[in-house]
Amino acid sequence: MEKLHTLTSATTVLAIADVDTDQIIPARYLTTTTREGIGKALFADWRYDKQGNVIEDFPLNQPGAKQRKILVAGRNFGCGSSREHAPWALIDFGIRAVISSQIADIFRNNSLKNGLVPVVVDKDVHQWLLDNPGAEVTVDVVATELRLPNGTTVQFPIDRFARHCLLEGVDQTGFLMQNLDEITQFEANRPWQP
Amino acid sequence: MSGRSLFEKVWDDHVVVPETADTPAVFYIDLHIIHEVTTPQAFNMLRANGLKVRRPDLVLATMDHSTPTVPVPDLGAGLDAVSDPEPAAQIRQMIKNCEEFGIELHGFGSAQRGIVHVIGPEIGATQPGKTIVCGDSHSSTHGAFGAMGFGIGTSEVGHVLATQCLLQRKPKSMAVNITGKLQPGVAAKDIILALIGKIGVDGGTGHVIEYRGETIRDLDMEQRMTICNMTIEAGARAGMIAPDEKTIEFLRGRPQAPTGAEWDAAVERWLALASDPDASFDKEVDLDVSELEPQVTYGTNPGMVVPISQAIPSDHGDISYAKAIRYMQVEPDKPMLGTKVDVVFVGSCTNSRISDLRAVAGILKDRRVADSVRMLIVPGSQAVKDKAEAEGLHEVFIAAGAEWREAGCSMCLGMNSDKLGKGELCVSTSNRNFEGRQGPGGRTVLASPETAAASAVAGVIADPRDLLH
Ligand code: SF4
Repeated sequence: MEKLHTLTSATTVLAIADVDTDQIIPARYLTTTTREGIGKALFADWRYDKQGNVIEDFPLNQPGAKQRKILVAGRNFGCGSSREHAPWALIDFGIRAVISSQIADIFRNNSLKNGLVPVVVDKDVHQWLLDNPGAEVTVDVVATELRLPNGTTVQFPIDRFARHCLLEGVDQTGFLMQNLDEITQFEANRPWQP
Repeated sequence: MSGRSLFEKVWDDHVVVPETADTPAVFYIDLHIIHEVTTPQAFNMLRANGLKVRRPDLVLATMDHSTPTVPVPDLGAGLDAVSDPEPAAQIRQMIKNCEEFGIELHGFGSAQRGIVHVIGPEIGATQPGKTIVCGDSHSSTHGAFGAMGFGIGTSEVGHVLATQCLLQRKPKSMAVNITGKLQPGVAAKDIILALIGKIGVDGGTGHVIEYRGETIRDLDMEQRMTICNMTIEAGARAGMIAPDEKTIEFLRGRPQAPTGAEWDAAVERWLALASDPDASFDKEVDLDVSELEPQVTYGTNPGMVVPISQAIPSDHGDISYAKAIRYMQVEPDKPMLGTKVDVVFVGSCTNSRISDLRAVAGILKDRRVADSVRMLIVPGSQAVKDKAEAEGLHEVFIAAGAEWREAGCSMCLGMNSDKLGKGELCVSTSNRNFEGRQGPGGRTVLASPETAAASAVAGVIADPRDLLH
């Protein structure tokens, strides 16, 4: 996983609440057996019409959206299916942080394993961000701070281990493998076997 | 010290290395269910790192999501004839991955193939007290047995394949107390839809739910699975129900259930899993279902749900509400009852078990599916299919004009050949009414098998209580 310390970018705003992972990447794009080029399918049914034409006023289609690395989304972003293709598609498109007032559990977990930072903020900050699309903000993983151009700085919650993995680019499979002795012992000593 | 809840007992039992402020717990997984869609990249990761599957004996592998629901004559040209090329490639890749890593695959032709969350309980691999994961969010289904089941992403599928463990922080706990006797024509599906409507699609975020109360005790195992299955639609990590005599009777004699002295020991251990009387929960919710009506969704998430006789909510200027209403082409302040239906889908890991099919047959018997409706009935597994056919249910379905298919996820998600057309409205026994979930532009109304069957007959959304024999 690529290291990530701080990220400064203008935001793209998608104000809809409860955006589920079927919207982030529709099921028919899950037939891939790799991760290559998956950003093309990001929000496919919201970015393109049935004929495949670009829907101009969708936020991710607006001029400059390709350069923006931070997505501000409505409450409860990423609910639904556990597909990791959702963060893969966002990252492949160029998004590295998602800010909302609530982010669904499995999506948050999957994001952190791929270097996409989930940033949860309170209602007031969230509303400010929704009202100011394109604002240039900084997500600082070192200080666990979000800095807004109006001078506001807020802390955001992030698990200490997840933060460490982002800062150091830790591969979690490798981390787990360091516990193989404990795992072997656990298997040998349990009172019942599955 | 206060007592421990069911969830806490299962949690404590699987901690290999305890969590600290700096690191999550190393948490052991007893059963890993895998399917063709969320595993290819995990196997690629193993290959790239020269890793093996640590416990192939604890992996249950099948194919369900992208598989066709018409017979597959062979894996070559026969598969190509009934499937799009990409799903076919994914199916072949799954077969190759399982062979290469020494995993037994319940593939085409296996009497045990079916939807991941249907076959686990069916073969007795799902047992109380186990930790069960799958790269599919409806892994919460297995909680009906007092197991802790939860969905994981593909990176985590790789973790479990390589180490049989996950890195986990202990979630919070929530008790949902359900009381009251269900009225005839009202199903377990209606209970869980009403609960999601009450607490919202993020009402359970960060929590493991335990369903408790007299109503839960009265439900059979298949109804309990329906409830636990949709726990994820409330955003919760998992949903659990304490094992009791019904759990034990369900598992007795299943292929992977313990036998002899091991069975007796297991039963004793399982019954001790129930929450202690003084266990505490971080949150509690009560739901009385004695007056509950059949429920139907009107919007684009499972929390947008109303009792069938009641009007959908008014428009208060919320943009997400407005988007959903526009997509669904429904009118604020009007009930869903009487809305024209194009397709009825009975299936998915929520409602594709034998009792669901019996309920549908009970309504379709001596009736016809309306001419304007296409009805698909898709059993959750090969075993459910065999059982339904032994009982003659398929003859009732076919006589009524419904299509009777091979087991699979089918039209629950638009990634195999069964899809809705643009604008079609489907009354579906599945679990998600997200935009395009059943095919681009398709409109989904979630309901119980009973409501789905009644709507198929009427050609419009209909109340099953009007058709009770
Ligand atoms: S039936 Fe639907 S929800 Fe269940 S496992 Fe299959 S795709 Fe997922």
